[in-house]
Amino acid sequence: MPTRVIAGKTVEVDAEGFMTNPNEWNEEIAVELAKEEGINELTPEHWKVINFCRQSASANGKAPTLRAITSGTGISTKELFALFPKGPAKKVAKIAGLGKPEGCV
Amino acid sequence: MKKIVILGAGTAGTIVANRFKRILDFNQWQVTLVDPDPVHYYQPGFLFIPFRMYSEKDVIKPKRDFIEPPLRLIQSKVEAIDADHNRVHLADGTVLPYDFLIIATGVDIHPEETPGMLDGEWGKSIHSFYTLPTSQALRDVLRTWKGGRLVVNVVDNPIKCPVAPLEFIMLSDWYFHQQGMRDRVEIIYATPLSGAFTKPVASQLLGELLESKNIKVEPDFMIERVDPEAKKIVSYDEREIEYDLLVTIPLNKGADVIGKSGLGNELNLVPVDPYTLRAKAHPNIFVLGDASDAPASKAGATAHFSIDLFTEHFLDYVETGELPPYFDGHANCFIETGFGKGLMIDFNYTQEPLPGRYPLPGIGPLTLLQESEFNHWGKLMFRWMYWHILLRGMELPLSATMSMAGKWKV
Repeated sequence: MPTRVIAGKTVEVDAEGFMTNPNEWNEEIAVELAKEEGINELTPEHWKVINFCRQSASANGKAPTLRAITSGTGISTKELFALFPKGPAKKVAKIAGLGKPEGCV
Repeated sequence: MKKIVILGAGTAGTIVANRFKRILDFNQWQVTLVDPDPVHYYQPGFLFIPFRMYSEKDVIKPKRDFIEPPLRLIQSKVEAIDADHNRVHLADGTVLPYDFLIIATGVDIHPEETPGMLDGEWGKSIHSFYTLPTSQALRDVLRTWKGGRLVVNVVDNPIKCPVAPLEFIMLSDWYFHQQGMRDRVEIIYATPLSGAFTKPVASQLLGELLESKNIKVEPDFMIERVDPEAKKIVSYDEREIEYDLLVTIPLNKGADVIGKSGLGNELNLVPVDPYTLRAKAHPNIFVLGDASDAPASKAGATAHFSIDLFTEHFLDYVETGELPPYFDGHANCFIETGFGKGLMIDFNYTQEPLPGRYPLPGIGPLTLLQESEFNHWGKLMFRWMYWHILLRGMELPLSATMSMAGKWKV
């Protein structure tokens, strides 16, 4: 498993750059990863989504889907796309140090 | 007498019932299937109907042909599943108590979940091919279509048969060539995925294949609404794609009764342990086929492999209450690529599809992730195997768990 250094900490990542061990994550890492994804500042709204995803993943063992995020946070899909442009579910999972969300296949 | 109730007599329900017929002593067990529809559909065949490669008679047979005594088949809608009291309520008021419940109600398309999709243009400029009537309506439109921009859009994942949209696109490309009008058709694939497919190696190889066929992929496109008057689809991040003909794979959801009975997630899929397919909340409920939230392909091959293994372990489970993690998420699919060719992918929960060879005893190796005419014939031959071998619960010479033999490490 490849590793990389984010915010001064060495963490395990997969081939697509998703962290593979959620326990290695911290908030500094989130800030750094968000910048890499083109989000320069994490607002309280961003954190609400990140924290929900962390909790959901620790309860279910996997990153939540977009639909689960909207129903769990009350934030609409449209707003999620504004907060995390392009693929919100995937982007949040990456920033929150969770594995890649399980898509189709 | 122990009772097993199977909800849904489609691919998974029928296969598991016929497997039970082989392994259970019917002096001690009773097996009852419930399904509102008397017709069995060969769903992989819907893909070929718009291109007149198959017709209705190729894809339907009476369910009764495959479900014979001592199996019982009740034609009825299910009103509710009362999992706390181990019983099922049918629409006509009948109550079916069970010791074990098999949920095999699958998933269906829900075009009403996307604003605008059903507002006047459904069946006219907006089509699908995931049901028999939609595939026939699309066939009728393609027959007289003069060309323009064809947009194929997947609303959200998971969907039944994740490769079907790609196959549809490549078969369209072939069809328009045959009709001598490919130069008058622009083909765009708008997908919520970041590429042609989910997993990196297959996504790259399939992406290159689409490019070589002059098919444009619009990745990360999460549709918010259809504007049927302006004939365009609009994504949540406000990208717009105009179309002359829209072929959509609408949101796929599990059966309403799953949600109504409190057994499902936000898509009415039942949460299960992916390695045993046992419902997380109820140890006497198993979810086979497409109806669960297991991150396996929603495909007949997956249902078949998992049911092979489920029935192998079922009687031990009844006796000991213990189940090993028997299912690895194994799936394999033929992918039609047009011009009489096809390719094949073979993968599981942890191993992504790779190029190589797939050993098929008695017939010879099929090429993985590479086009060949043989794969196309394999796919067409499969329809015969489906009706005559698979549904009847007989063994195919394929391993139910995935093997790395023949696969190339890349």
